[in-house]
Amino acid sequence: MRTWIFWLVAAAVVAGIFGLTRFVTNDYFFFAGYVVLQYVVMATAWNILGGYTGYVNFGTAGFYALGAYSSVVLHKLFEPPMVVLILAGGLVSGVVGLGMGYLTLRLRGVFFAIATLALAIVLETLITNWDYVGGSRGVYIIRPAAAPFFQGGYIQYLFLVMLILAGMAVCVARSIEHSKLGYGLATIRDDELAAETAGVPTLKLKLIATVLSGALMGMAGAPLPYYITYLDPSSAFNLALAVNSIAMPMVGGTANWIGPVLGAVFLATVQQVATVTISSALNLLFVGVILVSFVVIAPNGIIGWFGRGKRRRQG
Amino acid sequence: MEALLRVENLGKRFGGFVALESIDLDVAQGERLGLIGPNGSGKSTLVNCISGTLRNETGTVQFDNRRMDGLPPHQRTRLGLARSFQLPKPFHSMTVAENLHVPLLYTVNARHETHLSNAAIDRRVEELLQQVGLAEKSGRRPRDLTQIEMRKLELARAMAAAPKLLIADEAMAGLSNAEVDDILTLLVKLSEQGITVVLIEHIMRAVMSFSQRLVVLVAGRKLADGPPQDVMRNPEVVRAYLGE
Amino acid sequence: MGVTLDLFLNAVTAGLLLGGFYAAVSVGVAISFGMLDIANLAHPAFIILGAFVAYILNDRFGLDPILAGILALPAFYLLGTVIYRVYYYSFERRGEEALRGLAFFFGILFITEVALILVFGVDYRFVTADYIGPSLHFGDVDLPMRMVVPFAVSLTMVGALQLFLSRSFIGRAILAVSQDSLALKLMAINPIRIKSIAFALSIATAALAGSCLIIIQPVEPSIGREYIGRVFAICVMGGMGSFPGMMIAAMLLGVIESLTATFYGPSWSPAVAFGFLLLTLAFRPAGIMGR
Repeated sequence: MRTWIFWLVAAAVVAGIFGLTRFVTNDYFFFAGYVVLQYVVMATAWNILGGYTGYVNFGTAGFYALGAYSSVVLHKLFEPPMVVLILAGGLVSGVVGLGMGYLTLRLRGVFFAIATLALAIVLETLITNWDYVGGSRGVYIIRPAAAPFFQGGYIQYLFLVMLILAGMAVCVARSIEHSKLGYGLATIRDDELAAETAGVPTLKLKLIATVLSGALMGMAGAPLPYYITYLDPSSAFNLALAVNSIAMPMVGGTANWIGPVLGAVFLATVQQVATVTISSALNLLFVGVILVSFVVIAPNGIIGWFGRGKRRRQG
Repeated sequence: MEALLRVENLGKRFGGFVALESIDLDVAQGERLGLIGPNGSGKSTLVNCISGTLRNETGTVQFDNRRMDGLPPHQRTRLGLARSFQLPKPFHSMTVAENLHVPLLYTVNARHETHLSNAAIDRRVEELLQQVGLAEKSGRRPRDLTQIEMRKLELARAMAAAPKLLIADEAMAGLSNAEVDDILTLLVKLSEQGITVVLIEHIMRAVMSFSQRLVVLVAGRKLADGPPQDVMRNPEVVRAYLGE
Repeated sequence: MGVTLDLFLNAVTAGLLLGGFYAAVSVGVAISFGMLDIANLAHPAFIILGAFVAYILNDRFGLDPILAGILALPAFYLLGTVIYRVYYYSFERRGEEALRGLAFFFGILFITEVALILVFGVDYRFVTADYIGPSLHFGDVDLPMRMVVPFAVSLTMVGALQLFLSRSFIGRAILAVSQDSLALKLMAINPIRIKSIAFALSIATAALAGSCLIIIQPVEPSIGREYIGRVFAICVMGGMGSFPGMMIAAMLLGVIESLTATFYGPSWSPAVAFGFLLLTLAFRPAGIMGR
């Protein structure tokens, strides 16, 4: 399928899903749906650097929180429209990703991974000490009275925003997959040394992947203050987000765009159910166990698991 | 005539261990150079320094009259300096054909002078696979290939970069006589096309028949440099190989 | 001026004592990451686990925390053996360590933290012992015993390990395997078994380090995260696997953290270690001692 056709189909799917949800009256659906869609974006974004390129990012919460807090700052300054917030979140996270990448991507993958963790904690400490955005006490954000160009509750508007972001993220991921960039990233994942020798500018490509990945995460975080209305560092920088961003692509499959979507929908839905029925702590434990199990038993995720059987039969 | 590749006073250490010391080496355009030496003598380290994978502490590498200082490997490859790896390093998630796409997309197309369309790339991949005898395995994954097929893929990938100089690092290790001849024929063909070839090998008959000039490396130092017959008669060389 | 000097001296002293403790915390990673090249992100979680084990034994049976830590050593050693086995069969053997191995340990870090929260809740726990409270005084400088004792225990543990690695047969085999697995095989020693022992040792250190931790400060499950940065920063700054380098790095970090906390406020401390790590990775990945 040509790429532009995919974008059209994706747009149609987004419109279709949104159209269907117009019949839903229970607000809880939109609250939960927002979370699931947010994870689709985060998992897809993570996978661009993790699955396609082979560089693990443990600090996804950092990029996400940057998006959320840049929204807070902009909101306090002049309350811009959502589009501006999202672009700003993407920009800030992208730039930080670029900076950090430039410092650490010349090292082995394992150092990059540790550095991402370090970055997330440094960012959290900085935000916690910054009173303008509420510091450790947090900040209250009041939702606008009505959503622009929109008939319906604000939470439904947020759902639509995240739905569009999810569609976009998937399109970006797929475009990369089938492009020259995608080839290059795959060679870096397969054998970075051989890639470099074959003429692939590995540092540049890794930086591009980091910036794209970080920017998407920042965009996912940008609407958060309006969704959650009370934002404090622990909700923005939460570890569950970091673990889920990795677990979801690993469960769903890291080789292409479908994996993160499947993994996100599956795990996020299960967790929403579990949080309500059991407890949120047990639910987190469950995710951790799932992550470790999949990493050990089925490293290529659900999709890889099926793909293996298929390859064997083809001989 | 200026040498195509000029290595001057090159030195490389790993902590306290001196891997290479004061290496001087010239390779002329179109030459067929053989590089031999016992295991651990520094041959691969030298290749890595020339290709940019490792950074040498002292000395310089000049290629095509350009200093290579600080240039990353991908830029050196784009300038025409290619190498194959001793242990084949294919891209496992791609087919054999796609493995060859990579250097064509990223090296050949990155040069100002050339731009191949997708169709031209496909044709070139076909051509290369024919040349190395891997045409039927075009759609297979590297894990389905035999040892010698992987070696051929490794060489083909280096060839795909359309190099001016190709360093073949122990491409024949562990192969049967017939397979060695296969690779040798390939390298000779490359040489006939005007590509300068540096052959690093242990298999003496291959090195002797292929090389116009022979360089011997022992314990990180260059021991001898000259016509193959002369070098092999050099008592120090004989001692280095037999006296161990 | 006098007050500032006072503060400064006390901060430096506290920092040195803290640094000694940080060495005990990092020695496990110096072994697993520095020598075995296994990025065990979960090490801080095991230290917190060790702290809670000391807490239980102290709370229920009135055991001295250090004694508790020593008693826990065999159990942690066993845990290390099991984890290495899983790690080896899942990743090292297949040669896919990079991505999967990291995710594996990250998952374990997470599971351990959440499990601890489930069992103990999010409250801070502390231990009681005779030496928690009193301080030694040297002029204007105070040396709290609750820092001196862990300092002494830490140095003893690191020193003992160093002796073990350099003098005993297995110890030297461990040093050898960190440099050249092939050579070891040629000597008919099974590198896997050696690595297993080394990794198990690294986890065992967490038992004692954890008991030291809970003597120094009250502990709750999520504290482990602060230590990820410290531990890896010290390991990288110390030159990966070099014990002397690690000691210097640990002391340095301890002093700078202490000074930062004293003059800028304790909420900045977590950033110090991580900031150091980022800077080190960016500019001198070979560490302070530089290899």
